[in-house]
Amino acid sequence: MASLIACPHCGRRPKEEFTVKGAALARPEPQAGADAWFDHVYLRDNPRGPYQEFWHHTSGCRRWLVVTRDTATHEVEEARDAALWNRETAR
Amino acid sequence: MRYSALSILKNGLFGNKGWKPAWRTPAPKPHYDVVIVGGGGHGLATAYYLAKEFGITNVAVVEKGYVGSGNVGRNTTIIRSNYLLQGNNPFYELSMKLWEGLEQDFNFNAMVSQRGVLNLYHSDAQRDAYTRRGNAMRLHGVDADLLDREAVRAILPFLDFDNARFPIQGGLLQKRGGTVRHDAVAWGYARGADLRGVDILQNCEVTGIRQSQGRVLGVETTRGFIGCNKLALAAAGNSSRVAEMAGLKLPMESHVLQAFVSEGLKPFIDGVVTFGAGHFYVSQSDKGGLVFGGDIDGYNSYAQRGNLATVEHVAEAGKAMIPALSRIRVLRSWGGVMDMSMDGSPIIDRTPIDNLYLNAGWCYGGFKATPASGFCFAHLIARDLPQTTASAFRLDRFERGYLLDEKGQGAQPNLH
Repeated sequence: MASLIACPHCGRRPKEEFTVKGAALARPEPQAGADAWFDHVYLRDNPRGPYQEFWHHTSGCRRWLVVTRDTATHEVEEARDAALWNRETAR
Repeated sequence: MRYSALSILKNGLFGNKGWKPAWRTPAPKPHYDVVIVGGGGHGLATAYYLAKEFGITNVAVVEKGYVGSGNVGRNTTIIRSNYLLQGNNPFYELSMKLWEGLEQDFNFNAMVSQRGVLNLYHSDAQRDAYTRRGNAMRLHGVDADLLDREAVRAILPFLDFDNARFPIQGGLLQKRGGTVRHDAVAWGYARGADLRGVDILQNCEVTGIRQSQGRVLGVETTRGFIGCNKLALAAAGNSSRVAEMAGLKLPMESHVLQAFVSEGLKPFIDGVVTFGAGHFYVSQSDKGGLVFGGDIDGYNSYAQRGNLATVEHVAEAGKAMIPALSRIRVLRSWGGVMDMSMDGSPIIDRTPIDNLYLNAGWCYGGFKATPASGFCFAHLIARDLPQTTASAFRLDRFERGYLLDEKGQGAQPNLH
């Protein structure tokens, strides 16, 4: 994995400052129904290749980020603020 | 050829020229009764038991690399059946019983060594939890001994008993646990299956699954189309990718788990010891190297290699348990791709597609399960009914709410 992650707020920071939470998935509406929630909680695309996941900049700005990372090469392509990502996926 | 002391003597007298390859390298036939995707431990064991126990010999094992190139050659070789839950314990005990007779059964030296597995506990609460697990094991007819601090000290005097943060108070010992030569397991099953007519197709990667009217017709591979009556998936870390070819989305993430081996040392650790306050387990191989590992790195990966942060974490946990490890040099480290199911337990089940069978989700515990996994999967394929001890490993348990949460942790990194 890249040693430095380009945090949108702090610039390039060592990856040890970050905590990986897992798949960045848009949360269903509370009343979305059992099938949608089952899919959200348990099922995963699990791709070999680019993958979006939530990262927390624990030892930096403490913002939640959405990092696009390749699961085969570990290369990090992009890191964006999760609030921004959320506004865009919610649309 | 049957391997025996006599065969060694006979071949020795004739310059060891009589040895044959342990299995054939056949060309793919156009059609098989059963095609198994994945020539790892579980896939080969499935083929072996299909042929030996269930009389289905028109079987192909399709492997994208070579036999033993995946997780069966990448684990820390530990076998044990010290599980708590009703859905798990009888299955892993079946596996242990199969390990105990395995070498005679498949006529191959797998170096099964029941040297004991000791789980350390570090607090009163943990002792209570281990007592409960030990009692559950005994109720299932599995051996378990709860050791106090002095009994552990008698076996492993060099542990850090008075660690300021995690003092060792005792341990739960399963004497029948131990280690097995992992490569030999793959080779033994491959040879045993091949002898009974199974075709092992190496360097043959599945690129698609051909379906018609809700049934699987066969697999597209790099060596052409191979038809089958039944398709069985045992693709471990790549299960999601293969299942996707059939249009299935699995409750699973692929994560990387690292393992390590040190330089060769004089006899030091007799059995397998696990740290109860962190993720660390170690045993000593017959060559003298310490074989150890820790936790998954904590992010999705197909890379078969991990990160230095985890190497450091494992080394720290090891040193907290055995201070003498600080002087040991690590020879090699490697990574394997784990099929982490969402509750930490495996899946051996039929799928929504009628003639497609799934064996996956072994997390980081697949090696010890190899014989029972193969046996129960073969049972399911041959009879369309789950084997009794594997009946809890259902694919739809997440949807129904019947999770098998032995440790209450699946793929989610923050639960490890």
